Amino acid sequence: MTSPAPFIVLTGITKSWGDSQGVAGIDLTIARGDFVVLLGPSGCGKSTTLRLIAGLETPNTGRVLIDGKDVTALPPAHRGLSMVFQSYALFPHLSVAENIIFGLRVRGLPKAERSERLEKALSLTGLKGYEDRKPSALSGGQRQRVALARAIVAGHPLCLMDEPLSNLDAKLRHEVRQEIRQLQQELGMTVVYVTHDQTEAMGMADRIVLMKNGLIEQQGPPEDLYEQPATAFAASFVGSPPMALLPAGKLPPALSAGLADGLIGVRPEALRLAGAGEAGLPARVTGVEFLGGETLVYLDSAAGALIAKLPGRPAVVRGSDVQITWSASDRHLFEAASGKRISNPAGLSAPAERKTGRMV
Amino acid sequence: MTDTSQLHRIESRRLALYGSLLVLPSVFMLSLFAFWPTLATLWASLFSKGTSRRPSSFIGLDNYESLFANPDFWQVVGNNLIYAGVTIPVSIALALGMALWANARIPARAMVRIAYFTPAMLPMVAAANLWLFFYTPDIGVLDRLFGLVGIGGTNWLGQPETALASVIVVTIWKEAGFFMIFYLAALQTIPPDLKEAALIEGAGRWTYFRRILLPLLMPTTLFVMVNAMINSVKLIDHLFILTKGGPNNASKLILYWIWENAFSYFDRPMAAALTVLVLIVLGIVALIQFAVLERRIHYR
Ligand SMILES: Nc1ncnc2c1ncn2[C@@H]1O[C@H](COP(=O)(O)OP(=O)(O)O)[C@@H](O)[C@H]1O
Ligand SMILES: [Mg+2]
Repeated sequence: MTSPAPFIVLTGITKSWGDSQGVAGIDLTIARGDFVVLLGPSGCGKSTTLRLIAGLETPNTGRVLIDGKDVTALPPAHRGLSMVFQSYALFPHLSVAENIIFGLRVRGLPKAERSERLEKALSLTGLKGYEDRKPSALSGGQRQRVALARAIVAGHPLCLMDEPLSNLDAKLRHEVRQEIRQLQQELGMTVVYVTHDQTEAMGMADRIVLMKNGLIEQQGPPEDLYEQPATAFAASFVGSPPMALLPAGKLPPALSAGLADGLIGVRPEALRLAGAGEAGLPARVTGVEFLGGETLVYLDSAAGALIAKLPGRPAVVRGSDVQITWSASDRHLFEAASGKRISNPAGLSAPAERKTGRMV
Repeated sequence: MTDTSQLHRIESRRLALYGSLLVLPSVFMLSLFAFWPTLATLWASLFSKGTSRRPSSFIGLDNYESLFANPDFWQVVGNNLIYAGVTIPVSIALALGMALWANARIPARAMVRIAYFTPAMLPMVAAANLWLFFYTPDIGVLDRLFGLVGIGGTNWLGQPETALASVIVVTIWKEAGFFMIFYLAALQTIPPDLKEAALIEGAGRWTYFRRILLPLLMPTTLFVMVNAMINSVKLIDHLFILTKGGPNNASKLILYWIWENAFSYFDRPMAAALTVLVLIVLGIVALIQFAVLERRIHYR
């Protein structure tokens, strides 16, 4: 699917400002043409990582390679990349067209080529007819497109995006998500995309790099993160509603997988109501949310609160007591103290230890 | 249908009435303190200077004629043009430069800002007294410094060649720090993202300054420019301390001369005529600034 030659390589990157830790030590390889999403909670160092790649920050230690070249000491302009900012960073006094071709003009491209590229960028982003407007006369979605157009007009092979959709409303966000993905594939760009929204990451990424406290927690294709979370944190961060993480000690012996302590994680859709004679976790229904094709059932048990996603319209009502259960193949086991995945009894190794691609 | 349109008409007439009532206080105050004095001045300028033997009489535009024939008038106008022509651009440029410097990530940033702003907080008379010490021949700071490189004592304020320049320096020193505050405030409203975006697009510092920063600072520049222009006519406190317009009118500015006419020579009508001329010129300049510049400025 992607060429094996690494396009971006970060080795041993750290960045801090006095006491404030941005990135605590990152090694990351990104393949050419990939759509890579840096995912993680707020303050985990995603933007810092992106800005280190862009050259807006200089690492304390470590090196940044782009296309085989060490760019650690190079200014942003010499790295051959473009960037979409969360705020869009449009120049308010310039028209849409002038905003888009700002970089081309600075770099002294001839007028004919400028207008040719402008036309292409305008039509790719659907901004035809808005050339002469000022950013203040555009809607949020249109401004976002101008930022995109400015990022693609120069034809750089690498585009960095820092939460580009977070200022849009939910419906628009969904549309633009697909458009960005399409644009990336059409132009063959490598995109590094920062978001804290796991559905955005799942929907767009070729690879997700999940970060926590300035470190990479887990990386891999979205399916891997979902199906084989390397840590309890990864398990709870990816997927919505989140995976239930139940302390093994508080579960009935039949469900505790033989663990004395440790966490047992089960995805909401893997939970089901126990049949007659089946071992189950007694739980009380605290809420029912009917979504059409499925129903979210909020539960409270001795092992803590959990959410089950049941197909159709199950016959449970709020306040009723149910027995909840899951198959052994659907459970994920994590160490209590470190949160690390305990190798699955099914024989699969934890994805963090797997260097090669996924075997399906 | 006719009922509603009639209602509309009554409604709009009532709104118009409210509107007039709302502007009434302003109209009243402006009339009392601006329009009426202007007209009174204009009227006064058409009379001759009254003496005990010859009372004041209507002489039409004679005051203006004798002004235009007076070489002192032309020297004072020339002085003021030089004064404005130097103090306005230099203090604006300095203010912008200092603001950029004080806005950058430098050590002791707060100290730098305060140091730059101190001159603006001093009353002009105090500032002038301070500079009087600097300019004192032989023992002043300036001459001590020049003495180090072997340049002898200079009577900065006492000789026609340097008097106006010395006054100009004081004004710039006083104004630049004040204008810097406006630039500093404006700079802080410009998101740092813009600079980063420009950097990524390949712009250097100079390109960023010229193509992004300067246009975004234009509203501030216009404001500061209007203020500097008003000050170049209005601010004469330091003349009283430093030169009294001398020597030989070398540092005399229009407003100082108006004051002299009115209160030293007791030629009120002449002072009124001068005032009218100043008002006309200022009015024209303000019109140009707002009509022409305004259209090219981007307001957020
Ligand atoms: N310029 C800076 N100065 C000091 N601390 C910073 C700076 N930039 C980021 N940080 C700190 O680094 C950490 C990571 O920030 P960031 O990369 O912006 O997180 P996010 O994952 O939300 O994008 C945060 O704790 C933040 O406070
Ligand atoms: Mg961020």
